[in-house]
Amino acid sequence: MYDDDMVLLEGAKKLVAKGVHVNDVYSPFPIHGIDPVIGVQHTRLGIAAFLYGLTGTLLAIVGIRYFMIVDWPMNIGGKPSFSLIENLPAFVPVTFEFTVFCAAHGMAITYLLRNKTLPGMPARNPDPRTTDDKFVMELHTTENGKFSAEELQSMLKETGVIELEVREA
Amino acid sequence: MQKEAAIRTPLILGDKTYHDITEDICRPIESKAPKAWYVLLAIAGVVALWGVGCILYLLGTGIGTWGLNKTVGWAWDITNFVWWVGIGHAGTLISAVLLLFRQRWRMAINRSAEAMTIFAVIMAATFPGIHMGRIWVAYWVFPLPNQFGSLWVNFNSPLLWDVFAISTYFTVSLVFWYIGLIPDFATIRDRMTKPLAKKVYGILAFGWTGNAKAWNRFEIVSLVLAGLATPLVFSVHSIVSTDFATSVIPGWHTTIFPPYFVSGAVFSGFAMVLTLLLIMRKVMHLENYITNKHIEYMNIVIIVTGSIVGVAYLTELFVSWYSGVEYESYAFINRFSGPYAWAYWSMMTCNVISPQLFWFKKLRTNLTFTFVMSIVVNIGMWFERFVIIVTSLHRDYIPSSWSMFYPTFVDIGIFIGTIGIFFVLFLLFARFFPVLALNEVKSILRVSGEKYRNTENHH
Repeated sequence: MYDDDMVLLEGAKKLVAKGVHVNDVYSPFPIHGIDPVIGVQHTRLGIAAFLYGLTGTLLAIVGIRYFMIVDWPMNIGGKPSFSLIENLPAFVPVTFEFTVFCAAHGMAITYLLRNKTLPGMPARNPDPRTTDDKFVMELHTTENGKFSAEELQSMLKETGVIELEVREA
Repeated sequence: MQKEAAIRTPLILGDKTYHDITEDICRPIESKAPKAWYVLLAIAGVVALWGVGCILYLLGTGIGTWGLNKTVGWAWDITNFVWWVGIGHAGTLISAVLLLFRQRWRMAINRSAEAMTIFAVIMAATFPGIHMGRIWVAYWVFPLPNQFGSLWVNFNSPLLWDVFAISTYFTVSLVFWYIGLIPDFATIRDRMTKPLAKKVYGILAFGWTGNAKAWNRFEIVSLVLAGLATPLVFSVHSIVSTDFATSVIPGWHTTIFPPYFVSGAVFSGFAMVLTLLLIMRKVMHLENYITNKHIEYMNIVIIVTGSIVGVAYLTELFVSWYSGVEYESYAFINRFSGPYAWAYWSMMTCNVISPQLFWFKKLRTNLTFTFVMSIVVNIGMWFERFVIIVTSLHRDYIPSSWSMFYPTFVDIGIFIGTIGIFFVLFLLFARFFPVLALNEVKSILRVSGEKYRNTENHH
């Protein structure tokens, strides 16, 4: 456990340079630059949002074409009611809104599911102080077969930890 | 690590550590509410109940209880609708547009501004809802399969665009706000000692862990939602303005409406944010986070948008003359010299002339003056919508049907009532929710905090 994000970041860099595998880091706010150090892949949620948005656009166009052109064309002030292309400008607002609707909600739902954050889930952070002002780096001895538990502890102590806790998995 | 120029005013004052931030924001939630809170809640609650009573009376009796007549068929209902939607524009603008522009000062105000947005949009959505008369068939606005032949809603109509715009705006703002709230609820959950409160905040926190991958996703979700919300903010009020602009009523039928409405919306929204924040920072002792610099920045936004609105008013006048259309000219001559001239000139004074006083640094850094101005601006913006709607309608094509609009007690009760409901919601928010985005404020402490700034200068 650390009480400063920069100390943790430097410590993680040193440990990783020595070949230690850092399992995870828990912090009260995003530590910029930690992801490449401990090998967290960049999220693909952005791509997902784009695909959700595209789905929204297509659904909106298909739906509007059915409602306004195919199923029941209405003559509104002589506007072209027979062709989707010619009537499209009037359909832009709803298509746009529906695109945003699908992209935003699709992404938000995916985000909650991928993070396993849903109403009523139990807290899974290792220490309640990690949501206040403490930063925890988690190492698993099983993933660091090269080092003994004692070696890991002494290496951690060099990085400026304020607390060190060994837990049985 | 990002650096910020040392000459910039720090955004977080005082000798704050990460823990102090948690303490300062969570204290109001964990301790007993001050007496003033109960007093305000009681006042707002009574006003809200009066509003609800008027709404129920309206629903039971019909739209005839409003002061509408056959010439002025749209008045306070739509004025209030547009006014509330406009107020609801500041929150998402602050959190989305300023996020994309990497304005760090938004961090201290975005949470409460977004809450305000959500409550304002709820109030706005009330008006078209109750104006339907038969609110129990409100679902007819959606394109649902039905038994009336193949009858669908009209996708050419701006009123339907509004349905999609407002519902998308409301739900997306809500999701954006809540995703930011999850880590902060986790902070409260991990601090709470009372078992029931701990359980409730635990449910609200969705089991947030704050591990590296979760934060990685959090940041990209915030960024993409901001990217989506930005055009959404501009589209919503543009679409609201097309309710008027696509009609053929002189005074409404102008292409200037979308940008003019959007800047007016931002203008009134920032004013409402200032009204609420100036009280909140004082009562909750948040002066170190919502600093005078924040207030000044918001006042600058008010000058800019107020000036845009002013230019739009003058352009409208010019075009009505330059167009050579006598009906169009008359609509505007009637606005500034007819029976509703008092409303027009109140609007001009409140929205165009008074914000210009903010050019004086003394005035825009004066909190009392800012507070008064924030209320003046919102009065002005209400008059703007009233002027656009009622003065364009009340003298229509046949002079024999010219008339005036007089609000009934139901009109007034519902309007005042929505202000009451809005304040009830905001007071509950300020009592039980983290009013500052804890995680975001912590993330800028090192860059923009006064303490860290000073220690760095010693090197």
